[in-house]
Amino acid sequence: MTTTAQSPDELTVEHVAVRPPVSRAQRLGAGTSLVALGLVTIWRFGVEGHHHQDASIRLGALNAAHVPHFTVPAAPLAWVCGVVTVLLGLLWLAVARRHWFGPIMGIGLGLFVVALVCWLASASQFSTFDVVGTLTSTIQLAVPLILGALCGVMCERSAVINVAIEGQMLAGAWASALVGSLIGITAGMFAGVVAGALIGAILAVFAIRYLVNQVVLGVVLNVFAAGLTGFLYDVFMQPHTDTLNSTPIFEPHKLPLLGDIPVIGPLLFDTYSIVYLTYILIVVVDVWLFRTRWGLRTRAVGEHPKAADTVGIKVLAMRYRNVIIGGAIAGLGGSYFIFQVGQFQKNITSGQGFIALAALIFGRWSPRGAVAAALLFGFASAMQLTLSINAPSIPSNVVAMLPYLATVVAVAGLVGKVRAPAADGEPYVKE
Amino acid sequence: MNDQTADPAADPQAVLTQQPEGDAPPPTGWFSRLWASSLLVTVLAFVTAMLVGGILIAVADPRTQAASHYFFQYPWDTFRYGFTAIWHGYVALFQGAIFNPNTASKGTLAGYLGPISETLTNATPLILGGLSVGLAFRAGLFNIGGQGQVIMGAVFAGFVGFHWHLAPGLHLLLGILAGMLGGALWGGLAGLLKAKTGAHEVITTIMLNYIALYFLAYLLSVKGFQAPPYGQAISNKVFESAQLPPLLGGSVRVHGGLILALLAAVVVGWLIDKSTLGFRLRAVGANQFAARTAGMSVENSYITVMLIAGALCGLAGVSQILGTNSAITGDIDAGIGFDAITVALLGRANAKGIVAAGLLFGALHAGGTQMQSATGTPIDLVQVIQSMIVLFIAAPMLVRAIWRIKGTTTGVGGQLAKGWNG
Repeated sequence: MTTTAQSPDELTVEHVAVRPPVSRAQRLGAGTSLVALGLVTIWRFGVEGHHHQDASIRLGALNAAHVPHFTVPAAPLAWVCGVVTVLLGLLWLAVARRHWFGPIMGIGLGLFVVALVCWLASASQFSTFDVVGTLTSTIQLAVPLILGALCGVMCERSAVINVAIEGQMLAGAWASALVGSLIGITAGMFAGVVAGALIGAILAVFAIRYLVNQVVLGVVLNVFAAGLTGFLYDVFMQPHTDTLNSTPIFEPHKLPLLGDIPVIGPLLFDTYSIVYLTYILIVVVDVWLFRTRWGLRTRAVGEHPKAADTVGIKVLAMRYRNVIIGGAIAGLGGSYFIFQVGQFQKNITSGQGFIALAALIFGRWSPRGAVAAALLFGFASAMQLTLSINAPSIPSNVVAMLPYLATVVAVAGLVGKVRAPAADGEPYVKE
Repeated sequence: MNDQTADPAADPQAVLTQQPEGDAPPPTGWFSRLWASSLLVTVLAFVTAMLVGGILIAVADPRTQAASHYFFQYPWDTFRYGFTAIWHGYVALFQGAIFNPNTASKGTLAGYLGPISETLTNATPLILGGLSVGLAFRAGLFNIGGQGQVIMGAVFAGFVGFHWHLAPGLHLLLGILAGMLGGALWGGLAGLLKAKTGAHEVITTIMLNYIALYFLAYLLSVKGFQAPPYGQAISNKVFESAQLPPLLGGSVRVHGGLILALLAAVVVGWLIDKSTLGFRLRAVGANQFAARTAGMSVENSYITVMLIAGALCGLAGVSQILGTNSAITGDIDAGIGFDAITVALLGRANAKGIVAAGLLFGALHAGGTQMQSATGTPIDLVQVIQSMIVLFIAAPMLVRAIWRIKGTTTGVGGQLAKGWNG
């Protein structure tokens, strides 16, 4: 925006949108990645694809009655997808526009997935691809990521970097396993929330009161939580597995009416209570952040704490509250791991907290974006599971790499367009 | 280490906590100087962490647990058994890390030097990783990517080690260089992304860790890399000609990687404090805008420092695959990447401190193993102690408050912490 004074008497304000240009590295990196992705699609799923078999796609499990079902020619479709991806890559190489980046990369990855799915579903006469099944496991795999990312939103919007999502989840998981075994699922989930909030409180005290570098702090808290839960697991749970480490597991609850909708019903409304809780939390955090006074103040504290302080907002209190609530949400995410399998194991979260952090950044520090990114990661994991079972010839580990590669490309490509809260990571000290 | 007049970039306290010394006059007299020094804080942080660790040992002790059931009738038993457990636990820790009279009485070399050898073996990759993280710290970068860099270093070095047939000395040399190259590629990639696109190194290095993990998992399922009969996820064995020689004979594990680590520490120490490049890196780390104004290329510094940091982690991978182990498995990194961060913080990002911190944590790991087998206290305790030491030195105000020491770290000044946008 520029302000131009044309004459002393008459002041006009002229708005000019200034977009930072796409750097050469961003243009070349993203463009060549897309072209390479397109060529892989053409070669692997087109040239080497299944020419004699059409892909059979189903919207429901095989044994379910009346599920929509259709077939598409797999190899020609892969050719089309690959060629379009290559063209998109060349387009980006020729004329890179910053606001095209997201759509172009999204379409490229989407076409790759379409070709992959059709290839899978055309492997033999009997192979089929169940879209609803894959999406169901996508949601199940995404729930802890969503909760972790919402925790990140709470903390980082008030300018406290939270790298300790992993530790909060792990603590939540341990407490859930203990209390869940002794009392039950609901109490276990509550214990997970409390344990996550406790680690959140430690994070808050050290970051806000003792001004410790927050990334350092997060890393150290992860080590702390991993060590402590591992230690307590060995001491208490291992010798008494029957009484202290065997919880009930989630049962799906079908919602009346909503659960009976075809396709969407089984996908969204016939699932665990914690998933419904997650739906609610997504809406609550989004509304809270953008539609309430607390949310407005949180954002003010995150962007310009000094200004917020000047108008009477209690900056530190705001941060304490948000970080502790964030930890509680992550702790709930930790309890999800427990009640899926029914027991705690060392390092049961296996790095999901870090992926939640990536989802938060990928989703540009907004609840909706973070949820979308978490679903994307969940989808990639679900595809990896499907592939490792149905297509041993495709190395599932390489597919598992893709979301992380996509994050690197996205973080590198979106920089300048994506910005963390301005004060994120900076302690606030009243002068 | 306790020099209060060091420049802000070299002042480790400031790196950790953004609290340079306040307006209080410098204390006079050797005693009060010691009392106010950061060395004292470090020692007290260690003591405090060991005390908390002691409580956990007592909690883990079955006899103490049993005695605690009648605590209110006869509390003395709980304390007696608890203190006995703590004593036995820490004695075992010492015996596993430094000297064990029980094995020494056998009179063999392994009996005398076994514990020290274990400590040094554990310390070697920690020192190398710590140097990597510490060097990046000084340039204002946070290298969380140690895990990925260690893995890539181990993969490259291991591949040279088991795929090529070469003369003994040359084979080892090429293996080491390949490991450094692997790590440097992985680290340099993060530096390149930071320099060219501004992508934050914390997030890219975390992602690169996962990519390296899955890449390793993929390699361990590929013929030519995986060892026959292809049932287990383990690579071929590195040939003898590429292995780092044992330092104290074949009966104890300490190997030539230790020499590499100490050499690396000398080089990094010189690099940071004496070289022009080191000055540039510190300037960029202290204030990138000032450095840019002074005509330094911030971008080149980021790439250079991440290349070197990656190569150092690659060396840690070399020590893992050409020294400690002889075949690559899925957990070849053994958590070094994250432990290295704690080592660099405890060592306050300078070479001597990192060597000392690496030795300390190496000793804790070696002792923890012995403690687990002798007293049944889980080795995870070491992780707890380690993280608490770092938490306490990162928050000197807290340590001072616990031990009622008046300190000078009350003022709050320049902000060296950088958020995602920095």
